[in-house]
Amino acid sequence: MPDALPPEQPHAARRRWMAVLARADADDLAHRLGALPGYQILRGPEAGLVMARGRAGGGGAPFNLGEMTATRCTVRTEQGFVGHAYVAGRNERLTELAALADALLQDPTRQTALLQEVIEPLASMQQSRRDAVSAKAAATRVQFFAMRNMRS
Amino acid sequence: MSETVALPGFADPVGEAQATFRAVLDAMARPGRLHRAGAQLRAPEPLDQATAAVLLTLVDNETPLWLDPAAGAARGWLAFHCGAVIVDVPDRAAFALALSLPDLAALPAGSHEAPECSATLVLQIAALGSGTRYRLSGPGLREPMLLASTGLPEGFAAVWQGNHALYPRGVDIILCAGDTLTALPRSVSVEEA
Repeated sequence: MPDALPPEQPHAARRRWMAVLARADADDLAHRLGALPGYQILRGPEAGLVMARGRAGGGGAPFNLGEMTATRCTVRTEQGFVGHAYVAGRNERLTELAALADALLQDPTRQTALLQEVIEPLASMQQSRRDAVSAKAAATRVQFFAMRNMRS
Repeated sequence: MSETVALPGFADPVGEAQATFRAVLDAMARPGRLHRAGAQLRAPEPLDQATAAVLLTLVDNETPLWLDPAAGAARGWLAFHCGAVIVDVPDRAAFALALSLPDLAALPAGSHEAPECSATLVLQIAALGSGTRYRLSGPGLREPMLLASTGLPEGFAAVWQGNHALYPRGVDIILCAGDTLTALPRSVSVEEA
């Protein structure tokens, strides 16, 4: 999944930090957020199923790949910012923390600091983990010359 | 969603929704008897606890909801917690929420083939248990039952009898006030006492 989104998309920054938060580790995120401010839970955290859809081929229509477990949570901070989180799996603690972080990140007075201290380190950690997996997979890649020649 | 949501829904979504569902079921089975619902809930303005609890329990993304313009302030809360599809015209609604009696004829009454395709009106009134008295009779009531309520318009009994005459078609009403609710299924006959 791409981390950098086209700039014309609205809420691009928020989408990015929500994606980073959703892939974080609960203990790590709690540690980075430090002391938590007061907040109220509006919904959840509750687990449910979402239909994951895929596309086959270049012009393929979407098809239902299968259902996956997801957990969602919505919180509201004392300043009135509402944060949402949707996380794959059933990690309720992470979902609640991610929703709270999303709410705090919308607060202009805290956004810069949180982006620097929480989101960027998490993003680079996740990126390096993905790179390591990609490198491992790339080392065993087989080049099918016959196929390539047929397509070119 | 443009409005911000300020209040949570049920603290215990499964338990409280089941308790409210049971209260609605009993209310429909024994018209006019009062039941409590939503006493734990912090309802958004301008809804009462019972009204909010009934909507949280019954309305979801498959049941189009028509909102009385007077209840517009609760729109964001309903959209968030119920996932409700809010419709602008009452004749497409499965549920209707009103703070004063709307035109019952404008709500879907179902057809003779499918009388269940009618709307259920959740009507919030000032008080249940005091005020104008109505005598209810019909299925579920061995003897006529007296229902006292404040907030139903004058001539309500006549309006209701028009709806009752459509049976098996017609609209069902869930009356809510504070944390109390009762129901008027279409099968019940109402006259002023």
